[in-house]
Amino acid sequence: MVEATIVRVNSLAAVSRDSASSPQVSLAVLPDAAKLVFRGRPSSIGAAGEAFGVELPQTANRFREAAGRKAYWLGPDEWLLEAIGVDSSELFSTMSEKLASHSCSLVDVSHRSDSMAIRGPMSEYVLNHGCPLDLSERAFPVGMCTRTILGKSPIVLSRTEQEVFHLDVWRSFSPYVWSFLDEARQEFLHDQSARSPT
Amino acid sequence: MRYRLPAGGRIDRSKPLSFHFDGKKYSGFAGDTLASALIANGAHLVGRSFKYHRPRGIMSAGADEPNALVGVGSEEARYTPNLRATQIELYNGLVAESQNRWPSLSLDFSGANDLFSRFLPAGFYYKTFMWPASAWKKLYEPMIRRAAGLGRAPEAADADRYTQVYGHCDVLVVGAGPAGLAAALAAARSGVKVFVCDEQDQMGGSLLSEREATIDGQGAADWLAQTIRELKSRTNVVLLRRTTAFGWYPHNFLGLCERVTDHLGLAITKQPRERMWQVRAREVVLATGAIERPLVFPDNDRPGIMMAEAARTYLNRYGVLPGSRAVVFTACDSAYRAALELKSAGVEIAAIADVRSAPNGRWMERARAAGIDVRPSTVIAGTYGRLRISHADLARISGGTMGHPETFACDLLLMSAGFTPSVHLFSQSRGKLVYDEDLKAYLPGTSVERERSVGACRGVFDLGASLADGFAGGLSAAKALGGTAAAEHKFSVFAQSLGRDGFIGAPPSGGKSRRTRAWVDFQNDVTAKDIELATREGFRSIEHVKRYTTTGMATDQGKTSNMNALGIVSQTLALPASQVGLTTFRPPYTPTTFGAFAGQSRGELFDPVRKTSIHEWARENGAVFEDVSLWKRAHYFPRPGEDMHAAVRRECKATRESVGIFDATTLGKIEVVGKDAAEFMNRMYTNAWTKLEPGRLRYGVMLREDGFVMDDGVVGRMSPDRFHVTTTTGGAARVLALMEDYLQTEWSDLDVWLTSTTEQWAVIAVQGPNARKVLEPLVHGIDISQQAMPHMSVQEGHICGVPTRLFRVSFTGELGFEVNVPMGYGRGVWEAIYAAGREFGITPYGTETMHVLRAEKGYIIVGQETDGTVTPDDVGLAWAIGKAKKDFVGKRSLARPAMSRSDRKQLVGLLTVDPNIVLEEGAQVVADPSEPVPMTMIGHVTSSYWSVALDRSIALALVQGGRARIGSRLSVPIPSGPVTVEVVQPIFYDPEGKRLDG
Repeated sequence: MVEATIVRVNSLAAVSRDSASSPQVSLAVLPDAAKLVFRGRPSSIGAAGEAFGVELPQTANRFREAAGRKAYWLGPDEWLLEAIGVDSSELFSTMSEKLASHSCSLVDVSHRSDSMAIRGPMSEYVLNHGCPLDLSERAFPVGMCTRTILGKSPIVLSRTEQEVFHLDVWRSFSPYVWSFLDEARQEFLHDQSARSPT
Repeated sequence: MRYRLPAGGRIDRSKPLSFHFDGKKYSGFAGDTLASALIANGAHLVGRSFKYHRPRGIMSAGADEPNALVGVGSEEARYTPNLRATQIELYNGLVAESQNRWPSLSLDFSGANDLFSRFLPAGFYYKTFMWPASAWKKLYEPMIRRAAGLGRAPEAADADRYTQVYGHCDVLVVGAGPAGLAAALAAARSGVKVFVCDEQDQMGGSLLSEREATIDGQGAADWLAQTIRELKSRTNVVLLRRTTAFGWYPHNFLGLCERVTDHLGLAITKQPRERMWQVRAREVVLATGAIERPLVFPDNDRPGIMMAEAARTYLNRYGVLPGSRAVVFTACDSAYRAALELKSAGVEIAAIADVRSAPNGRWMERARAAGIDVRPSTVIAGTYGRLRISHADLARISGGTMGHPETFACDLLLMSAGFTPSVHLFSQSRGKLVYDEDLKAYLPGTSVERERSVGACRGVFDLGASLADGFAGGLSAAKALGGTAAAEHKFSVFAQSLGRDGFIGAPPSGGKSRRTRAWVDFQNDVTAKDIELATREGFRSIEHVKRYTTTGMATDQGKTSNMNALGIVSQTLALPASQVGLTTFRPPYTPTTFGAFAGQSRGELFDPVRKTSIHEWARENGAVFEDVSLWKRAHYFPRPGEDMHAAVRRECKATRESVGIFDATTLGKIEVVGKDAAEFMNRMYTNAWTKLEPGRLRYGVMLREDGFVMDDGVVGRMSPDRFHVTTTTGGAARVLALMEDYLQTEWSDLDVWLTSTTEQWAVIAVQGPNARKVLEPLVHGIDISQQAMPHMSVQEGHICGVPTRLFRVSFTGELGFEVNVPMGYGRGVWEAIYAAGREFGITPYGTETMHVLRAEKGYIIVGQETDGTVTPDDVGLAWAIGKAKKDFVGKRSLARPAMSRSDRKQLVGLLTVDPNIVLEEGAQVVADPSEPVPMTMIGHVTSSYWSVALDRSIALALVQGGRARIGSRLSVPIPSGPVTVEVVQPIFYDPEGKRLDG
């Protein structure tokens, strides 16, 4: 057997290399995480939360966070579970054992997507260049998440703080999403006094 | 600037600007439009008309301008044709040129068209250029297109940046004239989120040209400034200047185009040139105002003939005199106001000709008191002057006959037939229009969307009434949102009423001679006679008249012409105007750039380019890529000096003889999990899955409900309740959506769930007799020997230290494996396998080699051998149908008699009798090439390649009753002549499948 020297490559590594930071809106690559998709009958939701360590939110379009783990509501029977600094195979095995008697599905999708953050007072406005949703705090408060689009790419968007959004993007779309946002924020990179019209 | 007044207007005289028009240098001031600056310099001639190349001048002061279309831009990459000079903000160094003239604006050879105008009536191109038919395409159409026309399209790529952004608000106010501003105040004070957009560089609309009126004790300008200050100070208000609401789309979704940098002249920031707002508004207030109508009289199109309100705007807003001696022709009171204000600024008013028989009231009295010659029941019978009006003939109408004309010298003729409410957006929102006999105008009737119109766009013209109407509209919008509306406000306004008089159609002119032409649509050169001709030729519907005469079909969409055209049809047919109807309004309100519609979607952001985690290795190793849906796939790996054919031959040979490596990552993948997973698979696929053991693979075929092949792929059973399903690259999203649809709508009782894993797994195909030898030292926890891991099996374990699902599968006919590893490890594992394969001469191959190798084996590709009309049996996959199964998607359709007819197109192999000829894919197959064209086509070539392994060409084809024709000869006509082919079994290489085991 060959030594385990193969390192995971993040799909945003190249595109994010020289990203200019801006107090108004900046982009950052988020750390790799173990990601599992849980889908199942209502009777299994409680057990899944216990097995994961975060109770699964049952309010539509909300995520719940505890001890570095997040559970995103994606649909009436679908959650994305995310744990940073955890081996996905181990998490998958332990959860599978605990859910063995339940009617549900657990799939490891840790490598399916990479994640990025957009932060700053202009992040709402920049996101709205490709995301048609109303991202004001009234309509999209902290703690909300949803599948949506950014330009021509599907994304999972969540708001973690007033001025911070996270985007979970399938790997092959992530450079596009990053470049799209980077292009949209150009007007703030070169003109610190530029203001969002809204 | 001979015609610039020493003081007054909203221009900034401390900021002089210089600009070029047709190569000549002029000066103006900040705050000018190109039109106002040209008029200040005495330049009225700015263009040639579309069809007759008539000299034309500036007619209006806004978006309705039909004549003054110019090309702007000093460099090709920033050149924009057909801009309205009345809407171009002046900046230092602006370069503009007139259009549709040669060699120059004042001497235009095509002006000869005007002399032949009686041969070019409405619909002339339907009548005159009929014969010979062949001349239309080669001669007539290019000639007409060259002669008629507007600006030229720029040749260079657009150098500017454009963006699009979605916006959300509670109340969108379109138009910031008095009514719109009042509505904005009311909504803003109610605390809701308000967007206000206006197409001009300054908000205020008619208030920007107002002299006398006062509002709440302030002059109009002061009230305006204070109102803007209040709106700006509120955090719930967004003011969008230079922003045209050009289109209304369902559910209060409006397109707004904001011109961000055009007025700056050069891109000094990374701001976009234009920003397309896509606004979803909970409530909309339309305050789009009204457009002054021209009067239709003989030769009413000369430079120097202008709308009365436009002249007033040039005077009051820009401090410019549009002429020195004016004749006024009117059907309403507002032109009297214009005449009085111009007179007080020093313009001599030669006379006011009023169509009305007994004009009366304050305005008329004031004009008489000021010594102006007011003539009731008087029309303009004709005008003179080649490049600028020099004289006008006034004639009195009495008892339907026209008196002797009296000629007045003038360099300016002001006209006004009243005002047409701008109902464009309301109409786009599918709101129903109602004709108002009194006003002679269509007004907004029943709304369909959540909107209301206020002010002049619904016929409320007087300033005080308009402000009150606007404020009430703002309050009603706020109330409709369910909140508490702000307090009522009563505006105290001093402004003399302008009444509601107006005229549509053509006033009597007496000029019935053949040579007299009175323009209705200035931009498309349509005259009153053209419209009369259309009605004589039997066109009655306004929609037909419009298309036959092209009236209202120019880039201004008939803003100044539609109502007059309607009036003429009504007069000619003696029908009430309300029965003639109105043509349809369509987006955009004013022409909108392609750049704004493209937004960020250009260059690298035109579409997402999906790349696998192995892509960069392929690029570094010289791969040529092809597009497969949004994916980039390595097509072949040429070595220096190799073309595609040479590379593919080498790749095929290496794979057949030793080992090749191929990136199959883009295959769609779906994880199907749950205790009913096998049952679900049974229902979705034609195959039987119940008996498939965990650890084994099976090739699956999926049909649509109509029984035709939709997708295929290899499926692995990972455990009793878990399947690893693969789909075609392009079909991944479609298959998942279809499966999810069935689960949610038909089979919600099944305990099974789907998760897309396409991007979870990188897939590395290692194929060839040495494949096992390459992989053996790399895997851990997997016995890949022939005994432990036969063809079509799967094992989980590790490779190079990372987890893998290792498939023993072949799409080449050779011993083969597909190594699935988590995507982020894709390149690392690929490189490790490549290194281990070095001693066997491992060769990376692309999709072209993959296609050749599978064709040699007769393996189909969905979308190549299938086209949505092909059953499993047609392509030789009857064996994949679980005949004992109770049901599966498409089963019932397969039972239709037509699906089992013996003359269906069936998959066969074709071997050209001359082995060196490679057929063209898509070529038709015929039985008898001597048949006259069109021959009876009995099939087509679906795949065709040069086969290195067989040292000859091979092809797959779908041929009617093909299997019964095996052994016979058919023909494939190609451009060089018919090619004789032998029909064979659709498998060319290793028919016994011995090589699968190496």
